[in-house]
Amino acid sequence: MHIIWHMSEGPSAESLLPLQPTTFHILLSLAEEDRHGYAIILDVARRTGGKIRLSAGTLYRSIQRMLELGLIIETKSRPIPEMDDERRRYYRITPLGTAVAKAEVNRLSSLVKMARACGVTPRTT
Amino acid sequence: MKLYRALLHLYPSSYRTEYGAEMTGIFAQEVRLRSTVLGRLWLWVETFLEVLSNAAAVHRQIARRDLRYSLRSLLRSPGFTATAVLLVTIGIGANAAIFNLADFVLVRPLPFPEPERLVKVYEKHPGYSMMELSPANYRDFIVSTSSFESLAAYTDIDMNLLGQGEPLRVEGAIVTGNLFSTLGRSPWIGRYFAERDDQAGAPATVMLSYGFWQTEFGGDASVVGKSIILDDRAYTVVGVMPPDFHFPTRETKFWRTFQFQEENYKDRNDNWIIGIGRLKPGISIDQARTGLQLIAKRLQQQYPKENENVGATVLSMRDELSKQSRWLLFALVGAAVCLLVITCANLANLLLVRAIARQKELSIRVSLGANRRTILRQLLSESVILGLAGGLGAVGVAAATLPLLARLVPTALPTQEVPPVDFRLLILALGLTAITVIAFGVAPAIRVCRNAGLSGLREGTRTGGSGSQRVRSALVIAEVAVSVVLLISSGLLVRAMWKVQETDPGFRGENVLTLRTALPLPKYEKTDVRKQFYTKVLRDVRRLPGVVNAAYISALPMVWRGGIWPVVIGGRSQNRSEGTSASLRYVTPDFFATMGIPILSGRDVSEADTNAKPYVAVVSESFVRRYWPDESPIGRHFEFAAHDREVAGVVKDVRVRGLERASEPQVYIPYTQVPDGWIIGYIPKDLAIHANRPPQYLVPQVRRIIGEADPQQPISDVRTMDEIVAGETQSRAVQTRVLMTFTAVAVFLAALGIYGLLSFTVSLREQEFGIRMALGAQQGDIFRMVLSKGAVLTLSGLIPGWLLAYMSGRWLQSLLAGLKPWDILMFSVASALCFAAASIGTLIPAMRAVRVDPTSVMKAE
Repeated sequence: MHIIWHMSEGPSAESLLPLQPTTFHILLSLAEEDRHGYAIILDVARRTGGKIRLSAGTLYRSIQRMLELGLIIETKSRPIPEMDDERRRYYRITPLGTAVAKAEVNRLSSLVKMARACGVTPRTT
Repeated sequence: MKLYRALLHLYPSSYRTEYGAEMTGIFAQEVRLRSTVLGRLWLWVETFLEVLSNAAAVHRQIARRDLRYSLRSLLRSPGFTATAVLLVTIGIGANAAIFNLADFVLVRPLPFPEPERLVKVYEKHPGYSMMELSPANYRDFIVSTSSFESLAAYTDIDMNLLGQGEPLRVEGAIVTGNLFSTLGRSPWIGRYFAERDDQAGAPATVMLSYGFWQTEFGGDASVVGKSIILDDRAYTVVGVMPPDFHFPTRETKFWRTFQFQEENYKDRNDNWIIGIGRLKPGISIDQARTGLQLIAKRLQQQYPKENENVGATVLSMRDELSKQSRWLLFALVGAAVCLLVITCANLANLLLVRAIARQKELSIRVSLGANRRTILRQLLSESVILGLAGGLGAVGVAAATLPLLARLVPTALPTQEVPPVDFRLLILALGLTAITVIAFGVAPAIRVCRNAGLSGLREGTRTGGSGSQRVRSALVIAEVAVSVVLLISSGLLVRAMWKVQETDPGFRGENVLTLRTALPLPKYEKTDVRKQFYTKVLRDVRRLPGVVNAAYISALPMVWRGGIWPVVIGGRSQNRSEGTSASLRYVTPDFFATMGIPILSGRDVSEADTNAKPYVAVVSESFVRRYWPDESPIGRHFEFAAHDREVAGVVKDVRVRGLERASEPQVYIPYTQVPDGWIIGYIPKDLAIHANRPPQYLVPQVRRIIGEADPQQPISDVRTMDEIVAGETQSRAVQTRVLMTFTAVAVFLAALGIYGLLSFTVSLREQEFGIRMALGAQQGDIFRMVLSKGAVLTLSGLIPGWLLAYMSGRWLQSLLAGLKPWDILMFSVASALCFAAASIGTLIPAMRAVRVDPTSVMKAE
């Protein structure tokens, strides 16, 4: 049980930027659907073509922090029984989490725009 | 998987409980995915490193959260927080400052290489355990001793610096050529003296202190090799010593060399140089002392008349500090420790009360599933924050008070004046804080965590059980006891200071202005030349408005404590074991009138007492008591300062050696009865002016008069006689001021402690009081109940306090100026004060207890 003393006056989306890559990937993963820890690791690995494979330690450290910040919550609703793994906890993105993810995307795309304007564009193959 | 689970123990337990199972599950999946041995090995390596770094990060994260939580919780009770921080600041700050000072004066090595091998060498005469050496004995010591790597010597000297603007009187030292090599310090620039510099006929050379070089020569390196004028003679500057080099005192600004002639070795009774030696490696001070004593014994046989009963002594340079300086510091250290005990007790009480008051809140948290460890950690981090804030404040307090305490650093110590705040002070403050806060933060925290179960939630539970009450009462009793010790000890020291201040110095202090015009040689070698100077200055000064009288003396009492000479009566060879020395001073007529020293019989010295007339002397009462106890002394003869002298008058005694030391009898000789170039150390140089009002207004006019008499003559040491006498008790005054502050804080804290404890007790027993009153108890009964509780606490503290105060008084005996450590008056006053403070602390809770409304208490139940 965590004593979450800052819930009443939560942080604004912008104040949490820039996001750590791990946090961003977890948010993206949970934006699709509620997932348990291992599912997040597999999803991030799949999405990045195996480039990023989160370790259990890094994943849960991020999850703990994201829970405290209110970006995600632990959800009580479980998938259909045949898909459910009772030992596992499922996480769901919160509206704040979605807002933060969007804000990060905006930040990244404006950076890319800026880079393009300066003629710094990656060579496409 | 066992290994992985074990590895997870690097994480905080709360984190492990939360995520451990899932992490193990994920790790198991990962292991299954790796089919090869190498793949699994690699996974283990990766995992190990990852767990290490993540566990550290989680610990950091939790610590940050705890600190944030604790900070908020502390800020929610600003009164508690401010009091606790203030307590740590005062208790630790005072201790850090005093310990730093004591360490600086008593412990820290002197700023010379291998300082433990540096020793001072003195002769030992009957009645004088440390007497300067005569050059002849010094020379014999050097020739015969085998304990020293080198044995140097020095003496203080004041000289007039000319040619650098205003003539300036500067303090310096005459040293042997090997002094700097003995001390082992290299010059900042240039070279230091070599043995050849102190040979008779060697060129006149001088070395400058860094401070003197900066102020008078602007730090100009080209001064090396140039000449400066000291007392009408040119000296070539050969070097400048480093900024932290101070020897023999902080005031020393230059060094020049002795150039002993054969005639300097003639008189073995002319003791005026101090030996300083570096022991050979492996030679102890005791061995060196025994060695020198053997040599002294041999010299006694060789020179039975001059060296009769003359021994030698060797003491560590650090140990030369006077016993009084040491005890002044020890007393302060003791007081600081007392203050620390009181602040710790108060802090402990404060933390205990807070812990008990929060028991309900914590119980709720535990019952809602909060981890007890988390709570303990948060309580601890509160203590750490309090400690850190207080520790920081303490360093501030210590740094700010050190310059104020600098007056307690004896001037004789060859170090800088203000002890530097060094990193050890910081470590000391942190260490003390850590001990205080952990000892008094952890205990209540553990206690609360143990109790923080459902029990704390029970309706109407009265917290603060009898065990905790006993601990708190014991703490308050300790506070009272320590306060009594401080009250009595500082009271005794204050009374001792008053007693010393009340000592009659034997001369007038008020409205006497003094200053020094040290006449340089060879310009003023001739008695007649000096006489012209004195006559002109005294004549003009006496004409100034408001001046009653003025006179010159070799050196004023308490300004120069030495200057003694053996007395020979009726041609009888002096027997040193009888202590036959008297203090020698040359004076101009009217010295006694100026200083208010009564002439008891006979006459004052007069202008008519010239070299052509029979030599006379005015002696003090104690001189007469010693030599002619039942006879009239006037007209009797004695041999003194190498001449036969007739007693012309008798005056009252003065305290030459200060208010706290017995002085030798005094002999005053007319300033005109001295052959040219004779005993130049005694040439009158201190001018005393008695005015009919506070005399400071005279300074500019006196400066003008001296400037007219000799434009090149500098003036120094301008102060009133009152200031000189006050200087006698200055270190006592500083010490008692510090002690009084400590005592005031201590008594206040003890009263606060009693108040806190009783207020808390009253709030716990409101229900009981309510019921008692409902059952017919009168308000007076309740009032008496609380008062008697306060009185019991105070009395329980007073008794051990008296005992400890008596012990500390005996320990401080050497500072008490003859007062008894069981001074009944002081014990009564201190106890009454303590009782008064405690009563104030008791009254407020007692009034609150009386105001308890039985109906509302019963309703609440």
